[in-house]
Amino acid sequence: MDESLSFFLSIAPTLLAAVPVTLTLTFFSALIGNSLAVPVAVASLSPNPLLRYPSAFYIFVMRGTPLLAQTYLIYYGLGELLPGTWVQKSFLWPYLRDGFWYAIFAFSLNTAGYTGEILRGAIMAVPKGEIEAARAYGFSKSLIFWRVTLPRAIQICLPTMTGETILLLKATSLASLITVWEVMGTARQIQKVTFRVYEPLIAAGLLYIIMVFILTRLMMIVERRINRHRLAPV
Amino acid sequence: MDLASLFSLLSFGPDGWGMRFVEGLVVTVEVSVSAYLVSLILGLIGASAKLSSSKIARGIADIYTTLVRALPELLLLLLIYFSGADAIKFVLSLISEDFEDFEVDPFAAAVAALGFIGGAYMTEVMRGAILSIPNGQIEAAKASGMSRFLTLRRVILPQMLRYALPGMGNLWLSATKDSSLISVLGNTQDLLFMGYRASAVTKHYGFFYSVAAILFLAITVISMIVIRLLEARLNRGYK
Repeated sequence: MDESLSFFLSIAPTLLAAVPVTLTLTFFSALIGNSLAVPVAVASLSPNPLLRYPSAFYIFVMRGTPLLAQTYLIYYGLGELLPGTWVQKSFLWPYLRDGFWYAIFAFSLNTAGYTGEILRGAIMAVPKGEIEAARAYGFSKSLIFWRVTLPRAIQICLPTMTGETILLLKATSLASLITVWEVMGTARQIQKVTFRVYEPLIAAGLLYIIMVFILTRLMMIVERRINRHRLAPV
Repeated sequence: MDLASLFSLLSFGPDGWGMRFVEGLVVTVEVSVSAYLVSLILGLIGASAKLSSSKIARGIADIYTTLVRALPELLLLLLIYFSGADAIKFVLSLISEDFEDFEVDPFAAAVAALGFIGGAYMTEVMRGAILSIPNGQIEAAKASGMSRFLTLRRVILPQMLRYALPGMGNLWLSATKDSSLISVLGNTQDLLFMGYRASAVTKHYGFFYSVAAILFLAITVISMIVIRLLEARLNRGYK
């Protein structure tokens, strides 16, 4: 037992050093993915079939195939296409060989599909009267969207989006399979070097539990802030 | 390489990958169905535990669902895969020394791991469904003199299914997609593994991963149609 504990302590610095990688992956994928979800959701509600069908198809493909298949497709597929094109000569190339950016790309596209569908439902759930009130005040169409529809839709689907963000945090562990050394990848690396099966995985698991716990707390604060007008005045 | 010769790589002959992908599709469906059955059993046990009056049962079920939902599927899969194999080997070594080189069937270990993960989500779906059954129904069963087991079989289970089906359908779709994770365990012969093999051998990564993705999409489409039919059937009394 004592020996196990000292082993945990010996691998802790290496694993902790990988936490920022997991958090950066999560943060950028959530930021890009949720931003992309807005046009996806709006397009899927558009009366124009040229916008509606491609958007519905996008959501369907992202939700209908495994994230791991998408990640491999983007990492290996683009890795096959890009060399030999102008991209290889550009200043971006050193970055484009790194699995990290492919992981963010894959997770963002996936998040855009899932959140796009959630946001679509939330936009439809915005009470009609609020939009009518904005129209009565002479708001333009785009002003109604940015000031009324979108903020209200986000407020409606925030609890679901909290769950999605936690799923995303867990999904970043798949980046370990395309050579990104985040928490999961580092744990597997330690497994290979030390020939210990359980300790690295258990230690990584503890880190994920802590990260999920903190993220849940943060989202609760955001939820309370967004709903503060509904709380009783203190 | 042009498209026609790319597709010739998918032929069903001895040189083509077509048959391997069909085999992969079968393995993926087999793993998903088996894991889903395990998760149904664990879900029913978990939901009963969460709704039971025993504090210990509720506590264990809470720990189970909280842990599984906070840990990445990949991590859980590896952890259960390794520990399950070790546990079985340990038990066998106690029985006899003949089992020294016993290897745990990777298929069974993967199914157990995926089922264990799905069971936690299934617990929540079933708990919610049982709670949605109007209390009067259960009181009426009690008033008619039904035993607890009869109430479960005749009143709770059939009605619960109607409330649980949307969640159960989603979990089935997750199960088919999560089954792709087993490809990291090595020689698993599932759909994504075939995509990995075929693209590594032929160097046509984009093409073969797209083939694997399209086949996953096909599973999703067929599942969605079946789920819709089931929902229509279960709701036929409520139109």
